[in-house]
Amino acid sequence: MSMMATILEVRGLTVELPTTSGWIRPVNDVSFTLNEGETLGIVGESGSGKTMLSLALMGLEPHGARHSGEAWLASKSGKQNILASSADELRAIRGRDIAMIFQEPMTALNPVLRVGEQVAEAIRVHEPAAGEKEIQHRVLQSLERAALPDPQRRARQYPHQLSGGLRQRVMIAMALAAGPRILIADEPTTALDVTVQKQILELLAKLRRELQLSLLFITHDLGVVAQVADRVAVMYAGRVVEHGPVMEVLRAPSHPYTAGLLRAAPRLVREKLIPIPGSVPSLTALPPGCSFAPRCAVHIPDCDSAMPQLRAVNTNHKARCILVP
Amino acid sequence: MPSEILLEARNLRKSYPVAGGMLAGSGRQAMAVDGVSFAVERGETLGIVGESGCGKTTLARMLLRLIEPDSGEIYFRGENWLGASGPELRKLRRRMQMVFQDPVASLNPRMTISGIVTEPLAIHEPDTSTAARRTRCIEILEAVGLDRESLGRYPHEFSGGQRQRIGIARALILRPELVIADEPVSALDVSVGAQILELLVRLQQEFSLTLILISHSLPVVAQLASRVAVMQAGKFVEVGSAAQVLQSPQHPYTQALLAAVPEIPA
Repeated sequence: MSMMATILEVRGLTVELPTTSGWIRPVNDVSFTLNEGETLGIVGESGSGKTMLSLALMGLEPHGARHSGEAWLASKSGKQNILASSADELRAIRGRDIAMIFQEPMTALNPVLRVGEQVAEAIRVHEPAAGEKEIQHRVLQSLERAALPDPQRRARQYPHQLSGGLRQRVMIAMALAAGPRILIADEPTTALDVTVQKQILELLAKLRRELQLSLLFITHDLGVVAQVADRVAVMYAGRVVEHGPVMEVLRAPSHPYTAGLLRAAPRLVREKLIPIPGSVPSLTALPPGCSFAPRCAVHIPDCDSAMPQLRAVNTNHKARCILVP
Repeated sequence: MPSEILLEARNLRKSYPVAGGMLAGSGRQAMAVDGVSFAVERGETLGIVGESGCGKTTLARMLLRLIEPDSGEIYFRGENWLGASGPELRKLRRRMQMVFQDPVASLNPRMTISGIVTEPLAIHEPDTSTAARRTRCIEILEAVGLDRESLGRYPHEFSGGQRQRIGIARALILRPELVIADEPVSALDVSVGAQILELLVRLQQEFSLTLILISHSLPVVAQLASRVAVMQAGKFVEVGSAAQVLQSPQHPYTQALLAAVPEIPA
């Protein structure tokens, strides 16, 4: 494989939120790189921090949050640390360099605005000089690119007149309207039926190829991540516990949590599922040492003494477990 | 041993007036369930799988008599379930229980676990003494993997998986013969969902349950069902043994559903 250019480099990203029992860390010392044209899957269950991670990269953390670390974006105008950017700089980045799509398009779409107008708005924000005719042309082009059937007619409709799958296509059109090079997709198919999910995943794969997009694909679904991602990072209790090439991680997991998730996931063939005992720890009461230790099938006393570092399984594959030699 | 039909549905139909769009007020009807017939044998697990809007939840609600069908018949333990009323209805009803998708919405937040789980006892066996109720409650909580300390606590003190266990305990305390589970794990994380699926497998044996499992997920249905019915636009388009339907599907819609499942590499 040729050397791929890094488009996003995240180093030691920590996000903290205030609670009545002190600061908690939904994202804890997360580092990764995203290369041009590559899809990185972020896998985790609820409370793993995967959504907060993506919000931090968009400068959209909840009010009162604080963060540390760096997130270097290679944009058209050079390198820029997203986490040190001002509100104005972030507004310029959003949509133009990085865009995001969500699980429930209804929460991101304005219910009282025709969908064509919403796509137009996404273009106008970044190109205030563009003429109305040019914008309308670009709107149709964006809707067509998202394979929205009958785009002329659909552009005049309101979000509630569209099915969940079509709304997701509108959101994709909107996200890509200003030509970003990075798309963050947060569980974009979780609320959809499985046949519609397939269509949306195929669309994203096609757009990724055609536009040389880099995708940060956040999901809880190991089957989906196998289908879309080149590499995967598995998160647990705010930290990356394993990352590596997706097929290698799924076929030969090195972290007991990844292995546990794989044994617990139902497949089309009937087999005994082996659940992971217990549940995800509260961020206000993390165990000492490894966060997964209390649920771990191969737990040894040393696991409780300190949070393990990410250890190299090989050059591309790391796991945060002291059992990795 | 000859098999016994526990539940039989014949030609069930249910339509709703079209509410929105150009056809609103036109008297047009949308057919939610369109002539569904099937029989469930005692001890088996029938999985009903389909996408949103296929009518599977309407069907479940009709089986439980939460809504009345427009036409069709349901026989439960050989008796006319739709015609039952009064004491006869109560007698049959306690033998059929439901497990819901959302354990948060289905548990009264102001009742203790003991109150929630024993409420069906209070309704169907009002003569049971307080001490006997408590004993039955502890037994059933232990069967679903919760300890007796849970008795005096409230739903918000439990995780999603534990709340689903509470919902299952409530469904089982009357020792029903048939349990209808509507998307019992779709609100849960994978690691916790597996706990609930394995629990259902174990309880089915311990309590000799007959199960109707309704789900949008073929992999979930594959874990429990002995037979599978695939539902599309209000109709069963394919019914057969789980092995037949999942490994050699005949209907194009079943084939499309199976092909769309993103598979985890082996």
